[in-house]
Amino acid sequence: MSGVKLYGSPMSTCTARVLLCLEEVGAEYELVPVSTLTGEQKSPAHLARNPFGQIPALEDGDLVLFESRAISRYVLRKYQASGADLLKEENFAESALVDVWLEAEAQQYNPAIQPIIFQFFVVPRRFGVSPDQAIIDSSLEKLKKVLEVYEVRLSKSKYLAGDFFSLADLSHFPYTKYFMATPYASVFESYPHVKAWWDDITSRPAFKKVAASMHGS
Amino acid sequence: MGIKVYGLTKTTNVARVLISLEEVGADYEVVPVDFATGEHKSQSHLTRNPFGQVPAFQDDNDVMLFESRAISRYILRKYKSDLLREDDIKEAALVDVWVDVEYGQYNAPASAICYNVIVKPMHGEEVDQQVVDTNLEKLKKVLEVYEARLSQYKYLAGDFISFADLSHVPCTYYLMLTQYKSVFDSYPHVKAWWEAIMARPSIKKVFDIMSA
Repeated sequence: MSGVKLYGSPMSTCTARVLLCLEEVGAEYELVPVSTLTGEQKSPAHLARNPFGQIPALEDGDLVLFESRAISRYVLRKYQASGADLLKEENFAESALVDVWLEAEAQQYNPAIQPIIFQFFVVPRRFGVSPDQAIIDSSLEKLKKVLEVYEVRLSKSKYLAGDFFSLADLSHFPYTKYFMATPYASVFESYPHVKAWWDDITSRPAFKKVAASMHGS
Repeated sequence: MGIKVYGLTKTTNVARVLISLEEVGADYEVVPVDFATGEHKSQSHLTRNPFGQVPAFQDDNDVMLFESRAISRYILRKYKSDLLREDDIKEAALVDVWVDVEYGQYNAPASAICYNVIVKPMHGEEVDQQVVDTNLEKLKKVLEVYEARLSQYKYLAGDFISFADLSHVPCTYYLMLTQYKSVFDSYPHVKAWWEAIMARPSIKKVFDIMSA
C-alpha cells in the first residue's frame, strides 16, 4: 500500500507520537516539515489540513487527519496486518483497557507533565524569560500523584493496559523523553516499577529511532 | 450483576457515559458517589478509579473501567453501535479526530465558563469575569472552526452522527443554561447541529436525568 504524509516536526512531542506508531508498524511514510518557528502551522496551506493550526496532520490519499492520538489509532489500524497489535481490537476486554490508559495519558499524565516541558524548554526559547518555577513545582506535585497510581498499576501488570505493550504505553513517550532531559528526571527513581517500564519501552527500536530525531537526545 | 456506573448524574463525565448507554438501550444502574463525605477517595472507590474520580464503570466478566470516553467506547462496541463507525477505517478515524477535538479544544474553554458561572455561585464563590471573558474568546475561536466544518458536513465526523458529536453534549448542556448560550447564535450551523442533537430521544432522556 502507498505511503502516508505526516506534516510536523520530529522535535514536536505530538509529531513524535505518530512517528513512533509509523515506525512500530513499519509503514512507508514521508515526514513533511512544518516549522512552528516561522509560524508555518498557521499558514493557509496547513490550516487546510488542521483547522486549529497545530501539528501534526496526516494525509493518506484524500483522508486528512489531525490530533495525534486519533492519527495514531488510524495508523495502527491501517497497518495492523504488519503484526504490530498496539490497539488489541480483536480482544474486547483488552482494547477497553488500552482505551482507559490512553485516556489516562491524555487526561491525567499529560496535563501534569506538559507544563513542565513547556516551562523548561519552550518558555526560554520563545519568550526569552526564565521558566516559572511555581508552575513547574505544582506540576511536579501533580505528576507525583499520577506516578503513584502508575506505580501501583505497573506492579500488577508489565505494561499499562496489561501484560502487552500498547498505544497506551507508547503515547507517554514524547513528553517523558523531554522530561528525562530536565533536572527533575530523578522523580522517576521513587517509582521503581514506573522506571522499569520506562527503561523497557525506551529500549524498543522504534523508540530509539524517533528519540534520535528529537531535541536533546 | 449488569452494568453499574458510579458517580452523580449531574456530572458531565458521568452524563457522557449515560448518553452512550441510552443510545444503545442498555440496562444499567447508577450508583451515587458522595464527594461531600470523601467517598471518591475511599479504598473501595479507588479500586474502581485509581485517580479517585468519576465515573467508574463495572460490567459482567470482571470488566472495570474508568475515563468516560474509554467507557463510552466500550459500551458502543459491546452493543455494536454505529456511533464509532468502526466498520469503515476512514470514518472511524474522523470520529476519533473530533472526539479528541472535543477534549483538546472545546472542553477547556466551555467548562471553564460553566465552572465560573454555574458551580462557583453554588458554593458562594465569586465569578471571575476575566476568566469567563478569556475563555469566551477561546470558545469563539473554536466555534469558528466548528462553523466551517458544519457548513461542509451535517455532523462533525461527516454526514453521520457519531460519538464525536455526542461527546459534546454534557458540557454544552450546561453552557446552554447560562447567559452565554447566545454565543451560539453567531454560528448558525453550530446552532442547527446542536438542535439536531437535542432532538434525539436518548439525549432528551439524559437531560431529564441530569436535571432531576
